[in-house]
Amino acid sequence: MDLRFTAEELAFRDEVRSFIQGALPEAVRKKMIEGRQLTKDEVVSWQRTLNAKGWAVPHWPVEWGGTGWSAVQHYFFDDELQQAPAPLCLPFNVNMIGPVIAAFGNEAQKKRFLPRAANLDDWWCQGFSEPGAGSDLAALKSNARLSGEHYVVNGQKMWTSFAQFADWMFCLARTEPATARKQQGISFLLIDMKTPGITVRPIATIDGGQDVNEVFLEEVMVPIENLVGRPGEGWNIAKFLLGKERTGLARVGTSKERIRRIKQLASIEQSGAGPLWEDLRFRERVAAVEVELKALEMTLLRVIAAEKRRGPSDKPDPASSILKIKGTEILQATTELLLEVAGPQAMRYRSEALEDMAHSDWADRIAPNYFGWRKFSIFGGSNEILKNVIAKTILGF
Amino acid sequence: MDFDLTEEQRMLKDSVDRWIAENYSFEQRSRHMKCPDGWNREVWEQYAELGLLGIPFDEGEGGLGGGPIETMLVMEAFGRGLTLEPYLATVVLAGGLLRLAGSASQRRTLVPQIADGRLTLAFAHTERHSRFELADVSTIARLDEKGWTLEGEKTVVLHGDSADKLVVSARTSGSRCDADGITLFLVAGDAKGIARRGYATQDGLRAADIELDGVRVSPEDVLGKPGNAYPAIARVVDEAIAAVCAEALGAMTALHELTVEYLKNRRQFGVPIGSFQVLQHRAVDMLIALEQARSMAILASMSVAENDAEVRGRCLAAAKAQIGSSSRFIGQEATQLHGGMGLTMEYSGGHYFKRLTMIESLFGNTAHQLQRLARAGGLE
Repeated sequence: MDLRFTAEELAFRDEVRSFIQGALPEAVRKKMIEGRQLTKDEVVSWQRTLNAKGWAVPHWPVEWGGTGWSAVQHYFFDDELQQAPAPLCLPFNVNMIGPVIAAFGNEAQKKRFLPRAANLDDWWCQGFSEPGAGSDLAALKSNARLSGEHYVVNGQKMWTSFAQFADWMFCLARTEPATARKQQGISFLLIDMKTPGITVRPIATIDGGQDVNEVFLEEVMVPIENLVGRPGEGWNIAKFLLGKERTGLARVGTSKERIRRIKQLASIEQSGAGPLWEDLRFRERVAAVEVELKALEMTLLRVIAAEKRRGPSDKPDPASSILKIKGTEILQATTELLLEVAGPQAMRYRSEALEDMAHSDWADRIAPNYFGWRKFSIFGGSNEILKNVIAKTILGF
Repeated sequence: MDFDLTEEQRMLKDSVDRWIAENYSFEQRSRHMKCPDGWNREVWEQYAELGLLGIPFDEGEGGLGGGPIETMLVMEAFGRGLTLEPYLATVVLAGGLLRLAGSASQRRTLVPQIADGRLTLAFAHTERHSRFELADVSTIARLDEKGWTLEGEKTVVLHGDSADKLVVSARTSGSRCDADGITLFLVAGDAKGIARRGYATQDGLRAADIELDGVRVSPEDVLGKPGNAYPAIARVVDEAIAAVCAEALGAMTALHELTVEYLKNRRQFGVPIGSFQVLQHRAVDMLIALEQARSMAILASMSVAENDAEVRGRCLAAAKAQIGSSSRFIGQEATQLHGGMGLTMEYSGGHYFKRLTMIESLFGNTAHQLQRLARAGGLE
């Protein structure tokens, strides 16, 4: 047993760190620290910076731009990005549609979509959830009826993040009516967002953002070549996505950065005679979160070491569901501590807080992020659904 | 970075796991407990034969040259078995002080006796008012031309009732909470002037309150340099924290397994109760707490060798805090999920709960460790 990394691994970490330091615009970094919304251009430009370096899609197959990194290198890359803090690459492109097309798509689809997804030439959004199909995803009702060379899609998608920016949507729709096994008959379609019949309606969220949407699909014509996999294979693909490794979802680096931020702000904010940081009881609350975070980091390293030993596998380690559950709990705990640091300063509401940096204050985004980051335990498989999954592995029910 | 065991470590783990599985069932444990000392001397001899008693000592001195990982493997197995013998007291605590502070001749004399099972030890340190403050020592040692004389009282000395020898901490200079001025003395358990009141602890192990009334100690039985014992005490307590973290991990793992089995087999309303989602999620929450604890038990053992006392202390404080909160959670949840079964002395679940609760109170409970971390400014 040895916690030390090799010289090569540490050199890689340093290379990532110095690249990010050199390439990440200071304005973007400051927005990330303060939890402000990035513009579309900022997200696109950062992903292109990484893509130019060859680092935008490290998990993909090497022939489509993947790096072939070891588990430790992936860990350091995620950790450094999160700690910088730098924007993460667009997950819909990098973690979702890319791996799906690489695994299930045909050659033409790979050539057409993968390079553009890596470079964020196409911004992808995810058309899974519906008003009646959240955790019970297989209850979805959107349908795609075959008509000549096209599927004609009708339905409504919900909680579609960044649909307002998206060029393409990957979408689950029924190609056969629901039977007793409702997981059957669902297909995976790629839809050009410029196709007539698509309406995007923003949903205002409690963090002040408008980045999730309802997407209405009315008689949307989707060429048959935009079906991924076989008709009816959609559920398998969805399961493939939800079972994809969750080590990145632990967000250990983000929580580390948040803890540093808490300590830094608490050293400035006054409470009584001195800085809040001199209040031992406050420090104990921070320490309690740090302990859980350290344990999570060790759990993450154990998962990585296990992967290193047995090589990459499509079967996720059951411990990786734990990473997502605990990771999001810790992330949310940091937002609570920040709320405590800001005290009454967190109350001021600025409608322009998302964009306007000229009159900004660090406290502007504390409460909105506390509200908004509740989403972390909901999306990507709610923590309760993940607990069902783990329960099945240990109890068999 | 790897979490792999060496070939020797794997063999040690296999042999101690197997030994515990075969010799420390719940029924066997109940019989071991009925032995006159509250633990079984034949078991102790077998530990010696398995090579467990000499693990942390140098090979040149009669030990096996093992380190914190080996100790972790043994303690984790002991946690599963809820063992009763004075391993923590003899090998980890007092043996650790001998290793860290003892002279070469003291080690050469005593290590072989420990390793072959002839000598048990206890560390008499805690006093009624000292709680978890390691420097809070009021027991006094006075020097005259013939040697030292000890006066004072020690409480909850783990396995102090049956120990052949005691390592006693006493103040030789300074005032009550000074780190400087503490000295360690090797004293026979039945030396003149020692009154031991032994008792069972809540978890069925043994401890003693010990009065020292004019106990004479010769200069050659001082362990280390007089007045200079604190660093060794702090270090050995960090080692003991790592050891009990591993023991708690073994106990939590077993208790979680018991609970999962119970949920699968116990039927109510015509179905196994494990089919109820509200109970499933609680079992998963226990598993999460267990995995977090496993991570920190490993971190604790990996950090023991760190020579920077500050860095080491932070890691071990964090580990003990996590083990404490996970232990409490898992113990309480297991008891709840077992219904009435969790409350009976005839079932092992409650005994794990008790041992875990006692471990939380050893060497600084969760509240103490969080305070220790808070004072240090956190983990980083």
